[in-house]
Amino acid sequence: MTVEPTWYLVLSALLFTIGGAGLLVRRNPLVMFMCVELMLNAVNLTFVTFARMLNDTGGQVVVFFVLVVAAAEVVVGLGIIVAILRRQPGADADDISLLKG
Amino acid sequence: MVDTIVFVLAAIIILSGALGVIFARNPVHSALMLIMTLFGVAVLFVAQDAHFLAAVQVIVYAGAIVVLFLFVIMLLGVDQADSLEVEPIGGQRPAAGVVALASVGLIVLLAVRSVQVTTGAREVSGALDGEGSNLVKLARVLFTDDVFAFEATSVLLVIAVVGAVVLARKPAADEVADAPDRSAGSSR
Repeated sequence: MTVEPTWYLVLSALLFTIGGAGLLVRRNPLVMFMCVELMLNAVNLTFVTFARMLNDTGGQVVVFFVLVVAAAEVVVGLGIIVAILRRQPGADADDISLLKG
Repeated sequence: MVDTIVFVLAAIIILSGALGVIFARNPVHSALMLIMTLFGVAVLFVAQDAHFLAAVQVIVYAGAIVVLFLFVIMLLGVDQADSLEVEPIGGQRPAAGVVALASVGLIVLLAVRSVQVTTGAREVSGALDGEGSNLVKLARVLFTDDVFAFEATSVLLVIAVVGAVVLARKPAADEVADAPDRSAGSSR
């Protein structure tokens, strides 16, 4: 029994959906952020799978860029969360729904 | 056979870690479960001959990003457990479950179809197999075809660093005095 590319795609679909469901359900902004990371990882796994399937380096290069953008996104996002939670300790997703100070 | 065992074990690690992220009450536990998932994904990267990306995954994601998460959790002291009993919007969780099931069905259908009807052109930006290491092939594409994207990435990182400094620093006392609205907002 060999490992088909479909298995990887199904696994990353499951991972993406778990991340999406967590984003919908959880209210702690930090945990919501972690769920976004899960979704990004699912997409990375898909890219690597297709890179191997099509024997193309491009898929892996895209994953490299996704990693860089994810790092930048985490830095800025956590900066925003720190700024919000410093002003309003214990804020959850409902408390930060208004874009005013 | 070994491939199958590796895949199944990694899949178990990934999925249990992902479920742990969304079901753990304590954000610290969520972050630790996230590390577990990231390691599982790194194992699958190795299984698919993406050795450089597996290394970067462990160093950048598990090493830097999750540590940053933990650092922020500890810094802000928000490591108390969430109460998962209260459901602020009625029926939100069942609705989220339905949406999740529907989308997993759709994506799996799409994935199976896409494997049957492989649409992409092969080896457009260079073949993955053949001579040379994975790192060399990646670097060749990165510094020839995608060099402008690579340069744009450096600009992005600089912007992210500047943005993080601007967001995270405390406003100086005279700035707060100049802006009465902001000081009123922070005192509440």
